[in-house]
Amino acid sequence: MKRYLLLLPLILFGAVAVMLAVGLTLNSSQVNSPLVGKPAPDFQAPSLHTPERSVQLSDLNGQVALVNIWASWCTSCRQEHPYLMALSEQGIPIYGIDYKDERSKALAWLEQYGNAYQAVAFDAHGRVGMDWGVYGVPETYVIDRKGVIRHKHIGAITAHSLREQLQPLLAELRRESGSR
Amino acid sequence: MIMARSVFMMLPFVFAVAIASAAGAASTLYRFDDPDQAQRFQALTEQLRCLVCQGESIADSNADLAKDLRSQVHEMILAGHSNQQIMQFMTDRYGDFILYKPPFVPRTYFLWAGPLLLLILASVAMIKYVGRTRRDTQAIGLQQDERARLSRLLGESKEPKTDRTQK
Repeated sequence: MKRYLLLLPLILFGAVAVMLAVGLTLNSSQVNSPLVGKPAPDFQAPSLHTPERSVQLSDLNGQVALVNIWASWCTSCRQEHPYLMALSEQGIPIYGIDYKDERSKALAWLEQYGNAYQAVAFDAHGRVGMDWGVYGVPETYVIDRKGVIRHKHIGAITAHSLREQLQPLLAELRRESGSR
Repeated sequence: MIMARSVFMMLPFVFAVAIASAAGAASTLYRFDDPDQAQRFQALTEQLRCLVCQGESIADSNADLAKDLRSQVHEMILAGHSNQQIMQFMTDRYGDFILYKPPFVPRTYFLWAGPLLLLILASVAMIKYVGRTRRDTQAIGLQQDERARLSRLLGESKEPKTDRTQK
């Protein structure tokens, strides 16, 4: 009858194949955060090092900064830690949120692997983590000068993600409006 | 129609919950002021996905995050928050993915309408196909001379061989 109808199965197959291909290459363990593009959630938690002081969002003070959620019990945090150290040495301010951890263990961990953080908020019960939409540790948020979350990195930072995502984004954000 | 469709889409989900609660989900730890609150708690936690395990609701999962989220729902219910406020709290932080039942927004139009579209497409295709086959069958009907020949053949069935050689 109509010639083009003969192509229909092929077209349908193509459509299904494309959808499956996209579905298979998506990483389902990385859920897009609704917080990207929005102002970082305010938080206030006792400092890991000096419990009587608190660490809060305003400490970021208009800097291009990273907020890194970590814990001493988290093995992939150990993997990414050298990259955080490197970023810190490059002058990127990194703020830590120590997620559901024990203070003594966390302090010992920083002693052993080095402290890449300007300040660490001690989030004993994961309250801050919940406000930030944390569902696994480590997670790293890139914050711009206006305090807006520009990127969420889920899982350990790798050499690849550092080179391909974080470094270019940080450089761009630092260029965005003068130097500070 | 919409009702029927959403029920259909929820079927696997309802089933999973039934299995898990048969296995004994860890939701008995929470105390409420009245049975209504407990029932809301059960309903809400069954509608929220555990982002760590993804295949389980926070009512069923034993992941740390699921426990935290259960406590959060518990607290919010006791504090008098509405179901909608609680769901909003969750999606604000974790996104629509935390909802087992996706919202009807532009991004999910295709998801929701897909099954109906497919049904319509398939129905149209079937109606066309059946119509065509019927027309074809009618066209196969015998012409006048063929009919005459048929009755001749049936009448002269004593000498079928002649007919065959003539062909």
